[in-house]
Amino acid sequence: MEDDAPVIYGLEFQARALTPQTAETDAIRFLVGTQSLRYDNQIHIIDFDDENNIINKNVLLHQVGEIWHISASPADKGVLATCYNKTSDGKVVTCAAVWRMPKELESGSHESPDDSSSNTQTLELLCHLDNTAHGNMACVMWEPMGDGKKIISLADNNILLWDLQESSTKAVLSSSSALEGKGQLRFTSGRWSPHHNCTQIATANDTTVRGWDTRSMRQIYSIENAHGQLVRDLDFNPNKQYYLASCGDDCKVKFWDTRNVTEPVKTLEEHSHWVWNVRYNHSHDQLILTGSSDSRVILSNMVSISSEPFGHMVDDDELSDQEEQHQEEKIFVYRPFRIKEPLQDSVIATYEEHEDSVYAVEWSSADPWLFASLSYDGRLVINRVPRALKYHILL
Amino acid sequence: MAEVEAAGSGTETGGGSESGNATGSGSGWRRPHGPLQRYYGPSAAEAAEATPDPADINGPHFDPEVFLTKVRSECRLGELLSREATLGREIRALDSDMQTLLYENYNKFISATDTIRKMKVDFRRMEAEMDDLASNMAAISASSARVSAALQDRHRRGAQLAGVQALLRKLQSLVEVPGRLRRWAAPGADPARALHCYARARAVLRHYRHLPSFRAIEDESHSIMAELAQRLRARLRDDTLDPKELTECVEMLLQLEEPPEELCEEFLSQAGARLEAELAALEAELPPSDPSGTASTPPPASDILDFVDRGSSAFVSNLCLLAASYRSLFEGRPGSGDGRLEAFASTLTTRYFELLERRLALERGLGDTSLLVRALDRFHRRLRALLELLPAAGAEAGAALVARAARERVARYLRALQTFFLGCLGDVRQALAAPRPPGKDGPGLPDLLATLSSSVLGQLKAVLAYVQLFTARDVAFASLPYFKGEFCVEAVREGLVVAFVRWLCRTARGFADSPAERGAPAAPPALLLLLARLCLDYEATTISYILTLTDEQFPPEVGQLFEEGVRRAQSSDSSRRAFSVYSSSRAPGRYAPSYTPSAPMDTHLLSNIQKLFSERIDIFSPVEFNKVSVLTGIIKISLKTLLECVRLRTLGRFGLQQVQVDGHYLQLYLWRFAADERVVQGLLDEVAASAAHRCLDPVPMEHSVVELICERG
Repeated sequence: MEDDAPVIYGLEFQARALTPQTAETDAIRFLVGTQSLRYDNQIHIIDFDDENNIINKNVLLHQVGEIWHISASPADKGVLATCYNKTSDGKVVTCAAVWRMPKELESGSHESPDDSSSNTQTLELLCHLDNTAHGNMACVMWEPMGDGKKIISLADNNILLWDLQESSTKAVLSSSSALEGKGQLRFTSGRWSPHHNCTQIATANDTTVRGWDTRSMRQIYSIENAHGQLVRDLDFNPNKQYYLASCGDDCKVKFWDTRNVTEPVKTLEEHSHWVWNVRYNHSHDQLILTGSSDSRVILSNMVSISSEPFGHMVDDDELSDQEEQHQEEKIFVYRPFRIKEPLQDSVIATYEEHEDSVYAVEWSSADPWLFASLSYDGRLVINRVPRALKYHILL
Repeated sequence: MAEVEAAGSGTETGGGSESGNATGSGSGWRRPHGPLQRYYGPSAAEAAEATPDPADINGPHFDPEVFLTKVRSECRLGELLSREATLGREIRALDSDMQTLLYENYNKFISATDTIRKMKVDFRRMEAEMDDLASNMAAISASSARVSAALQDRHRRGAQLAGVQALLRKLQSLVEVPGRLRRWAAPGADPARALHCYARARAVLRHYRHLPSFRAIEDESHSIMAELAQRLRARLRDDTLDPKELTECVEMLLQLEEPPEELCEEFLSQAGARLEAELAALEAELPPSDPSGTASTPPPASDILDFVDRGSSAFVSNLCLLAASYRSLFEGRPGSGDGRLEAFASTLTTRYFELLERRLALERGLGDTSLLVRALDRFHRRLRALLELLPAAGAEAGAALVARAARERVARYLRALQTFFLGCLGDVRQALAAPRPPGKDGPGLPDLLATLSSSVLGQLKAVLAYVQLFTARDVAFASLPYFKGEFCVEAVREGLVVAFVRWLCRTARGFADSPAERGAPAAPPALLLLLARLCLDYEATTISYILTLTDEQFPPEVGQLFEEGVRRAQSSDSSRRAFSVYSSSRAPGRYAPSYTPSAPMDTHLLSNIQKLFSERIDIFSPVEFNKVSVLTGIIKISLKTLLECVRLRTLGRFGLQQVQVDGHYLQLYLWRFAADERVVQGLLDEVAASAAHRCLDPVPMEHSVVELICERG
C-alpha cells in the first residue's frame, strides 16, 4: 500500500471538535466530539496504527449535549475538557466540563472495532466549570507542558483561569478578567503560549487579536483589525516565542511578530472561504496547516519565518574542527552534503478529501509528520507530510 | 698630433711596437697577425676594464692613453692621418665656439657690473632724500594738529547754527500749515495732499499745544479740516460720484477720524443708491409687471444674453467692487462687522434675482436655447465671483434660479412637443378627409403613419439635443449637483420624455373614448386605426429606444459599463415559476428523514449522495468582468455565508420555518442573477438541510403556506 495515501474515517454525526491526545507521545491518537441536537453525542477515540495503516476506534457517550470544542490534558492521558451546548426550556447555554475516560481506553484498545462500538462506555464527569455568571464557553485551554492542573476558559467576554484540585474533581476559579468595550464583545478562540514560562495567552474577538499576561490578567498587546473580518483561530509558533499565526473570515492566514503588530510579517491567501483553523507543526515550525470552509486543507511551508535556518548557511564551528589545517585547500573541496537547496515559502499540498467545510485540523502529538482534519459531515482524514519534504527537512 | 702619437708609441707593449714597425717597414709577411691582434687585444683589455669605455672620446671615462693605444693599434696610417685631420678640425671648431661664447658672456657680465655700480651710487642719493621726506612729514602733521585744534570751536558753533536753522525751517513749515491746508482744502483743489500734510503736522501740533502760538495754529488747521470734512460729506451725498471716487472720499473721511459707523451707513446708502439706479435701469427694460399675465407684452427690446450681460457687468461687478472696497475700508473697525454688508448685499441680489426672473419669464417662445444657456452660464459664473467675496449673498437662490429656468425651459419643450404632435395629427386628419380625385389614391395609411412617427421622433430628438445643452461640459452650472442628478432623471427623463409618452397615450385614448357628445366631430376610424398602430409601435420598440437614447445622452449608470454575461440556464420568469411548483411537490421530502428518529443517518446519507452528483462549488472563484459573473460571485459568497451562519445557530421551530421561507424566496428570485442556477439551487439545498439539522423541533412549514408568503411578496 502506498504510504502517502490518506486514511479516511467516517463518523455518523456531524462534528467540528478535534484534538490530539496531547499527553500521549507514543501512539497516534485523536479525539473527536460530535454535534447532534437530537441524539446522544459521542467522543470517538481514534487510534491510528501507523505500520498497518489501520484505524481503531472507541466510542464514549457524551450525553450532556453537542460538543463545540474539545481539548486534552497535557499531563494525564485520560483527562479531557469539552465545551458543549445544553438546551433547557428553549434556551441554549454553552457549558464546559472536565472528564475522565475509562482507564482501559486511555492507551487505546486492541479489541476489534466492531465489539467496542456495540458496548459504548460513558465518560466520568470530574468537574464542571461553573459559568453561570460568565456566559457561554467558547473554548478551554490547558496550560501547555504543565501538570494538567491549570486551565483557562473563554466565556463571552471573560477570561477565566481555573485551578483543578483534588485530582481534577474540583475546579476553583483563581483569577479572571473581562474585556470591556462598546457593544457585545465575545471571544471566539484563544491559545496558550508555550513560551515565557506559560504566562501568556492570546485571544481573538471580532477582528482583534489580544495578548494577555496570565499573572496580572492584563492585556499586553492588541492587534486591532488583524483580519478584515472575524478572526477564527490562533496558534503560537512552538519555537519562536514572539511569532503568532491567525486566520479568519477574510480567507487569509497572517503571521505576526507580537513585538511589532502594526503589520503582519507574512500573509497567506490560498483559501477561497473562511479559514477556521491554523496550526504550527510542533517540531518543525515551518509547516503550517490550515483548514477552511472551502472544504480544503492546505499544508504550507513557511520556511522564511521559521526557526529553521533559512537559505545558505555554513556552520563555522564545523569548519574550524575539521579544516583548520586545510585552510588553503578549502576552496577546492567539494562538499555535496553541505550545499542544501534553500526552500521557498510555498504551498506544499492541498488536500481535497473533504466534501464539506473543514472546521478542525490538528497535528498528531506523537508523530510530527502526521495530521488529522475533520469536516462537518463527520469525515476525519489522516494525512502525512509528503515524504520528499520530510527527507528534505530531516537531512 | 703625430708627435703625441709617436711619444705614446714609446710606452707601447712589444706587440704594439712590432705592429708599428711592421707598418713602418711596409713588409707584409706579418700582416696576418694584425687582425688577430685586433681581435684578441682589445677584447682582452675590455674584459679587464668592464663596461665603461675609456676609448669613447665623448664619454665620461675617457682615457687618452687607452684611446691612443687603441687608435694606433687599430688604424692604418691613412686612417690615422684622416682621423688626425678630423680631430684637428673639431678642436678648432670647439675653440672658436668657446671664444664666441666667452665674448658674449663677457659683454653681459661687464654690463651687469656697470649696472650694479650705478645702482649703488643712486641709492646713496635716495637715502638722503628719504630722510628729508620723513622730517617734512613730521612737521606737516604737527601743524595740522594745531590747525584742527584752532578750528574745533568754530565748527561746533557752525553745527549748532545749522541745527537752529533746521528747527526754524520746521517751525516755518508748521506756521505755514494753515495756509497750505487752506490752499489745498479749497474746493476743487487737492484734498488728498491737505490730508497728508495735516496728518504729518497733527502729531507735532498736538504735542506742543500748551504753547499759545501753536495752539492757534492747531485750532486754525482744525477748523480748516472740519470744513474739509463737511465738504467731503457733502460730496459723499452727491449722486454723480463713481464708486472709485466714493471710496476715496470715504477713505479721506476715515483719515479725518470721522465716526466709522456713520460713514459705513453713508457709504452703503450711497452705494446702494447707485446700485438701485442700475437695477432700475435694468427694470426699465422690462415691461411693467402684469399680475394678470393676460396682456400680450411686446417682445423685449434686447435678448436675454444682452440683459444678463448688462446686469452682470453693471450691477454684479459694481457690487463686487463695493464689497471689496467696503472690506478694505471698514475691516476691523467697530460697527462694521455685524453682517451689515451681507444684509445689504443680499437684499440687492434678491432684487436682482427677481428682475432676472421676470426677464426669464418673458422668454415665452422657444427662442434660442443655446442663448439662454449661455446667459445662465454667464450669470452663474459672475455670481460665483461675487459669492467668493460675499458668501452670504444667496448662493442657493442663484442656483435655484438657474435650475428653475432650466426646468421651465424643459416644460416649455414638452408643451411644444405636444403642440407639434397635435399639429401633425391635424395634418393627418386633413389628409384623410381631403376629397380624393377619382382614380387616384390619396396617401396610404402606412405612409401617413411613417410620416407621423418619424416627424414626432425627429422632433423629440431635436428637443433632447437642445436640453442636453444644459448639461454640456463647458457650462459652469452643469457641475451643480442638481444638474448632475436630479435634472437628468427628474426633469428630462421623467418630466419630458416619460411625460410626453404618457400624454401621447392619454391623447390617443381620448380620441378613442370620447364619443361625439361634446358636439365635436367623432374621430374618423382611419385615424383611430393609425393611432392604435402608433401606440403599438411605441410599446414594442419606440419607448425603449427613446429611453435608451435619453439614458445615453444623460449621464449613464454604472450597470451600462459592464456587458451582460452568459447565463447557462436562461429560463423565463414564468417557466421558472412553473418549475418551482413542480419541484415543490418533492420539496417536503427533503425534510422528511430528519424527523424519523429510527434513521439517524439518513439525512447524512442523502446529503452525501446529493454531493456525489453535484460538483464542488468554488466560493471565491475568479470573476470575469461582466455583470452576471460578478453577481454570481456575490451570490455564492452570500449563500455560503448564510450556510455557515445557520450551522453556527441552534434553531427553534420558527427559526427553521423562517429559513425555509427565506430559502424559497431566494430560490424564486435569485436564479435570474446567477450564471448557473444549479449553484444557487445547490447552496440553498445545503442551507435547508443544515437548518433542519440545527433545529431542535424540526416541524417544517406547510409548503403551500411558504409559497403563499413568497408570492405575496
